Amino acid sequence: MNKKEILEKVNDIFIDTLDNKNVILEESTTNNDIDEWDSLSHILIVVAIEKEFEIRFNSDDIKKWINVGAMIDSVDEKLKTK
Amino acid sequence: MNFNYLKKNLKKDFSNHKKMKIAFLADSSSQFICQAIRGLGFEFDLDLQIFESDYNQIGNQIYDNNSDLYEFNPEIVIIFQSAHKLLLKYNKSNNEELSSFASNELNEIQNYFNTLLKQLNAKIIYYNYTEIDDAVFGNLANSTEFSFLFQIRKLNYELMQMAVRNSNFYLCDISSIQNQIGKSKIFQTSVYINTEMVFSIDALPMVASKTVDLIKALNGKFNKCVILDLDNTTWGGIIGDDGLENIQIGSLGIGKAFSEFQYWIKKLKNRGIIIAVCSKNTEIIAKEPFEKHPDMILRLDDIAVFKANWNNKVDNIRHIQKVLNIGFDSMVFLDDNPFERNIVREGISDITVPELPPDPADYLEYLYTLNLFETVSTSIEDVERTKLYQIEAERISTQLNFTNENNFLESLNMQSDVASFNKFNTPRVAQLSQRSNQFNLRTVRYTENDIALMIDSDNYFTFTYSLNDKFGDNGLVCVVVLKLITAKTLFIESWFMSCRVLKRGMENFVLNTLVDFARQKQIDKLESEYIPSSKNKIVERHYFNLGFKEKSKNYWKLNISDYKMKDCFIIKKK
Repeated sequence: MNKKEILEKVNDIFIDTLDNKNVILEESTTNNDIDEWDSLSHILIVVAIEKEFEIRFNSDDIKKWINVGAMIDSVDEKLKTK
Repeated sequence: MNFNYLKKNLKKDFSNHKKMKIAFLADSSSQFICQAIRGLGFEFDLDLQIFESDYNQIGNQIYDNNSDLYEFNPEIVIIFQSAHKLLLKYNKSNNEELSSFASNELNEIQNYFNTLLKQLNAKIIYYNYTEIDDAVFGNLANSTEFSFLFQIRKLNYELMQMAVRNSNFYLCDISSIQNQIGKSKIFQTSVYINTEMVFSIDALPMVASKTVDLIKALNGKFNKCVILDLDNTTWGGIIGDDGLENIQIGSLGIGKAFSEFQYWIKKLKNRGIIIAVCSKNTEIIAKEPFEKHPDMILRLDDIAVFKANWNNKVDNIRHIQKVLNIGFDSMVFLDDNPFERNIVREGISDITVPELPPDPADYLEYLYTLNLFETVSTSIEDVERTKLYQIEAERISTQLNFTNENNFLESLNMQSDVASFNKFNTPRVAQLSQRSNQFNLRTVRYTENDIALMIDSDNYFTFTYSLNDKFGDNGLVCVVVLKLITAKTLFIESWFMSCRVLKRGMENFVLNTLVDFARQKQIDKLESEYIPSSKNKIVERHYFNLGFKEKSKNYWKLNISDYKMKDCFIIKKK
């Protein structure tokens, strides 16, 4: 799976979890760009991504993401070492 | 239903749902669990308005008389102190305190409870503890009194004892959720580390479900009857084809699964769930195992209504409902056949039809997870309930021989025992107030504690009515609560009756006794109210039929001086 495909799947997860059809993610998107993306919904997104890709993040990694790009990189890395 | 689904419910329209005010006090972060509870409430027509205290403010909210909690004035207070916080507290305790750790915790919980009830007329729900083994003592923790495992298990046990002693204290058994799905599923470290929440996202709907089941039961919504299919549900095989000797039941192979299933049904019957049979079979053949098979646990006298014929199951279940006179929404239908299940589901929208797994060996384990028979009270009469319904069926067939209703009623030799609330009838009064939905004028639910307060009050006058006749004793079937609202006026705060005794002239008899009482007390007026609910349409014209005048919409009054004693065929027992 390439990063573009990962981004598409992550985008779907955002739409479903935040219940907002208009979310369009780019690598530079941060939580400042999307109203519903707060610290609580963030954990829901993380858990949904873990489920979708059957991976597990370290508890600490989750906080290090500065934007969607970092998130995608993290997923990509986990998938490669799976 | 996953959490995301429940969360989306929050945006829906709650305006036609029943409002209930609930306070949720927790020592860990509780936003998600509160969202899950409110979202799940939506599914059951409940608008659960939840006050969430700032986290770790339990003591402050409870001990400060002016706290936001008391300002909010909830009907239900849920307290959730997590096992994780308990472990932290244990870790910080001095060595000499460890052996009394559970006792000290329990004292504090009892204090919370007592303080809350001083200010609130509320029910308290307490989440018990999910076990954590900190593995400091290995197996020896079981014989080491000051180990954490010993103390947390002791605390869970002592909480049950506390719930036995305190009638408004209810335990929500989240420990059993952990038993069912495992600790690695109920708790997720990354969620805990990042949000201070102790439940995994996937566990939230299950915790919400345990909680809402309890809230529904407190609200009078629970299942009262289970309807059984026979072939491959109650026993293995097909009685009509295989014959009595070849059906599977007993201690061999898959027979075990059916025997254990029957034991479960029998226990439900003994705790007051009505058992009915609905089977596509020839009646005499279907009854044979109940009468003759040595390994059958269930016998004919366990079954309140037995319908075995070749009609469709929807019609048969409608018939069962008519005899029992309870709502479809309090019935559970168990059938191994997916086709029959779908027909019943489509034909009767409110009935619960569990999707039994294909392997009968899995029936019980699956049914355990559904928590179908939540209840908040039990009474001695529960054990007798099946018999009462069997007697009712007999009564109905006698009635058919009479052409005149009055002749029939007269032939019954009905007698009623009239008494005030007392400590002996308190459990039954509480239970009837929670169970009665149809013949219930204002649908006020009373707990045993509420009843104790009324017994001691000078403003309340309470009446209970039993009814027996030549067929048998119906037990305590009707309750009226009068409240003095002016020196000369009594208000009927509650009037509810078991639907078992409809059309027996009980209403006339009750009103006669109320007027008698009012005259003794030199009261001029009885006032009353009908509060419509989704279930009580049958009593919409109740006060009109009894001769009350409508003062304003659904608010009625009766001048005592105008009242003429009504005819009835019930004699007051001396």
